[in-house]
Amino acid sequence: MLPCTGRIDESLLLKAFENGADGVMVIGCLEGDCHYVNGNIRARARVERVYGILEKIKIGPNRIRMYNLSAGEGSKFAEFANEFVEQVREIGPSPINIVRADNVHVVTEKEAT
Amino acid sequence: MITGTPKPIEEILEMLEPYDNIVLAGCHGCVTVCRVGGEKEVQVLASTLRLAREAAGNKIAIREVSLERQCDPEYVEQMRPYVGDFQAVLSIACGAGIQFLAEKFTTTPLLPGINTGFLGVTERQGEWSERCQGCGDCVLHLTGGICPVTRCAKSLFHGPCGGSVKGICEVDKEVKCGWQLIVDRLVALDQMDNYGKLKPYKGWNSARDGGPRRIIREDMI
Repeated sequence: MLPCTGRIDESLLLKAFENGADGVMVIGCLEGDCHYVNGNIRARARVERVYGILEKIKIGPNRIRMYNLSAGEGSKFAEFANEFVEQVREIGPSPINIVRADNVHVVTEKEAT
Repeated sequence: MITGTPKPIEEILEMLEPYDNIVLAGCHGCVTVCRVGGEKEVQVLASTLRLAREAAGNKIAIREVSLERQCDPEYVEQMRPYVGDFQAVLSIACGAGIQFLAEKFTTTPLLPGINTGFLGVTERQGEWSERCQGCGDCVLHLTGGICPVTRCAKSLFHGPCGGSVKGICEVDKEVKCGWQLIVDRLVALDQMDNYGKLKPYKGWNSARDGGPRRIIREDMI
């Protein structure tokens, strides 16, 4: 949990994918309502850059998305979360996770004994 | 500062194809300021390369490092203890830094991660423009602080050519005529007499035309 999306940079977002995320949603304050003036605007630009990087390296373009919410919009948060999860489910697992799953050596019963 | 632009990721991936264990080296100098080769860019490029290679089923191990400057020997030497453990070094410093690493680590292939640009200034975040070509014989005191070598597309020395139309250069509608800028500035400074003080010809032997240059300051050796 970060106190401001302005702290997010591209490397943090990419690290999430390295750590096995199929999708990343970034939720910032409403535009024009940033306590630090433009933290959420900067975050949006960084999310867009990572979107482009993921597209170029064929991880998939729709795996990262920025939303803007106020702290009082709990139901909208749930709505956005469900929407994004559905979007990522439709695309399927990240190619990284597919490769990792293929490389997992399943220990057979015979090997275990 | 020395400016640059990132090489396309496809080009870097192609360069790295033979290797699976590399150093990715950034620089805290000019390339940090123009957001192309600093510590942050090292982190982003390293993650990008690891993701791309793993997704392609061909993992790569990357040691991330960011030197204070890649153009000074004392900082370059910091890499010596471990550089031999890697198959190659991908540097995102300027061309000078990359070549200096290549000179110092002769048995390790050096790969460029950026395209080095020019000596320029920051117009605004994300926009840089050229100001100096390092000709070695500065005349800015006579030209209102505007360089005819750099700002004039033809590096003319005695006023605008016939391609200057309403202050715009014929090479590009976005490029202002360097000589129009100089004359306007000299008029504003009431220094038009400087216009007549320019040398009858410019000696280019101190510029790049004389081959690779060297500065030796006896007072500092």
